[in-house]
Amino acid sequence: MSSFHNLQELRHSASLANKVFIQRDYSEGTTCRFQTKFPSELESRIERTLFEDTVKTLNNFYAEAEKIGGQSYLEGCLACATAYLIFLCMETRYEKVLKKIAKYIQEQNEKIYAPRGLLITDPIERGMRVIEISIYEDRGSSGSSSGSSSVSDSTAR
Amino acid sequence: MHLGESMRECEYSQISTRSSTPMETPYKSRTPKRKKWEAFPGRNKFYCDGRIMMAKQTGVFYLTLVLILVTCGLFFTFDCQFLAQELSPIIPVIGGALFLFVLGTLLRTSFSDPGVLPRATPDEAADLERQIDVANGSTGYRPPPRTKEVVINGQTVKLKYCFTCKIFRPPRASHCSLCDNCVERFDHHCPWVGNCVGRRNYRFFYMFILSLSFLTIFIFAFVITHIILNSRRQGFLVALKDSPASVLEVVVCFFSVWSIVGLSGFHTYLISSNQTTNEDIKGSWSSKRGKDNYNPYSYGNIFTNCCAALCGPLPPSLIDRRGFVEADAPQLAPPTNGIIMYGATQSQQSQMAAATPLLPQQSSEPVIITSSPENGTSLPTRASLTLGGPCTSFPLGQPTPPTSTPSLSCHEAADMLPIHGHTLNHTHPLQEQAAHHHYLTPEEVPSPPGMLHCGSPLGHSHTVQASFYNPASQDSLHEDSVRGLVKLSSV
Repeated sequence: MSSFHNLQELRHSASLANKVFIQRDYSEGTTCRFQTKFPSELESRIERTLFEDTVKTLNNFYAEAEKIGGQSYLEGCLACATAYLIFLCMETRYEKVLKKIAKYIQEQNEKIYAPRGLLITDPIERGMRVIEISIYEDRGSSGSSSGSSSVSDSTAR
Repeated sequence: MHLGESMRECEYSQISTRSSTPMETPYKSRTPKRKKWEAFPGRNKFYCDGRIMMAKQTGVFYLTLVLILVTCGLFFTFDCQFLAQELSPIIPVIGGALFLFVLGTLLRTSFSDPGVLPRATPDEAADLERQIDVANGSTGYRPPPRTKEVVINGQTVKLKYCFTCKIFRPPRASHCSLCDNCVERFDHHCPWVGNCVGRRNYRFFYMFILSLSFLTIFIFAFVITHIILNSRRQGFLVALKDSPASVLEVVVCFFSVWSIVGLSGFHTYLISSNQTTNEDIKGSWSSKRGKDNYNPYSYGNIFTNCCAALCGPLPPSLIDRRGFVEADAPQLAPPTNGIIMYGATQSQQSQMAAATPLLPQQSSEPVIITSSPENGTSLPTRASLTLGGPCTSFPLGQPTPPTSTPSLSCHEAADMLPIHGHTLNHTHPLQEQAAHHHYLTPEEVPSPPGMLHCGSPLGHSHTVQASFYNPASQDSLHEDSVRGLVKLSSV
């Protein structure tokens, strides 16, 4: 739990500097896929391979959720036969996979992204449109971003 | 369906580290928590604390319900006894099962979320605007229409930008003007079920019309049988007088059969070719458009297409109706002054974030529109664009430079472009940088002037999430503010 504690600390000690949005990749139709292109804003923050791994794993999860095969047909027919009442007691396969995704994202945040000052927002919270990666800057540091010195600069003009 | 969604809510709140800390803001404990359905920007009606979602106009839905209930009620009351005795008791049983299935699918179609796409958050919208600007390069005063082209299975598909929802619509999505939402795999808006038909409820809709066709034909056939059998004993007119309900049922069923069975047939064709009503009406994949035009979403054979549409996985609702509105989500550079450089570097964004609380006090200060703070020359020319007086002098509290107005199809504003475009794009040494900057339109900015008096950024971000704006009224206010701008700048 210490790494989760890190996330809390991240929010307190760091300030939100920027957000990067990974858009959907529609080249394979309407199935959920995100672009694996490495955004330039993250170049200094995280290794390309780590980022691509995360996105590819997420894409695989979504492909699994939306897969049309034996199990999904069975679920669909069973649901139809019970007039869809079965979903009152049972979770759909999609929901099960979404839970797995939520866990995966939390784990990735704790292990990989938070130590680098980044935070991934689960795409489901953004309507499955984007993977939002928040970039935090340490408030204590004298980096190029937020700082009271730069505020006084602008007001002095 | 509801249980699954509530379970999902529990899971997702664990990820969100935002709402878990009590230190976030003292505001939160004072303001009552609203559920997301209460703050939903579309024109939908919600019942049962957000569990039920319907379109605004539901009158025709009640008519459908009444017709079905009355006809079936009459059938079970007046005809079933005779039929059970004369023919077989299984007839009312089958009738009952069909009736329940029809009702179940109708309610499921009408009450569920058709696949509404939630609107973009302000940060997302700003990021998209910036990307569009960069891509277009601001070659002229009128930016080209906002479309993106994607190649799907060898077919070029154009993705359109939705001005209301501030997103690029996924393929097959469409914006329903009645419900004011973008819906995934939009089929059509059906007034009979009082809801849009889209990705999440298309199978229920199809099951509804299919089972209703069977039910209508069933009732029609057996009521006719009842009358015929009766008339053999007593004569035709006496048989009719004996059961007047049957006459009503026959009339209703006769007219329904043609429309419902026709509709079922049409949708069976659509399902087997994996098209939506929208696409079929527009002829998107018709071979008349071109020799190489084909449907990229079709799986090739009818069986797979049908299975995919009816038995495929059911995606969850994206709008999280019963979740709570997040009052304190962290935002980039709170956009309350209405003019933010999203093409700016990080340093400038945070400068503005820090500077916005100063705005109400320093009303004579120019509002920050600079492309770069180092360029002192930029300020004097842009001072003409700023709010010289108190913020309330403009209804929205912020002027919006006309470079953004063409995106709102604000044709009058486009005429003003030469004035501002000149100062923005031609006189500055940092012309290129200026070209990349895109200003927020009032639609994107949470506009209530009251916000400008909130001194703290926390207050800003609080209202950002909780408020939603009516684009239509914003447009007219925006036009007025732009006209006001022109007068200022011409001085």
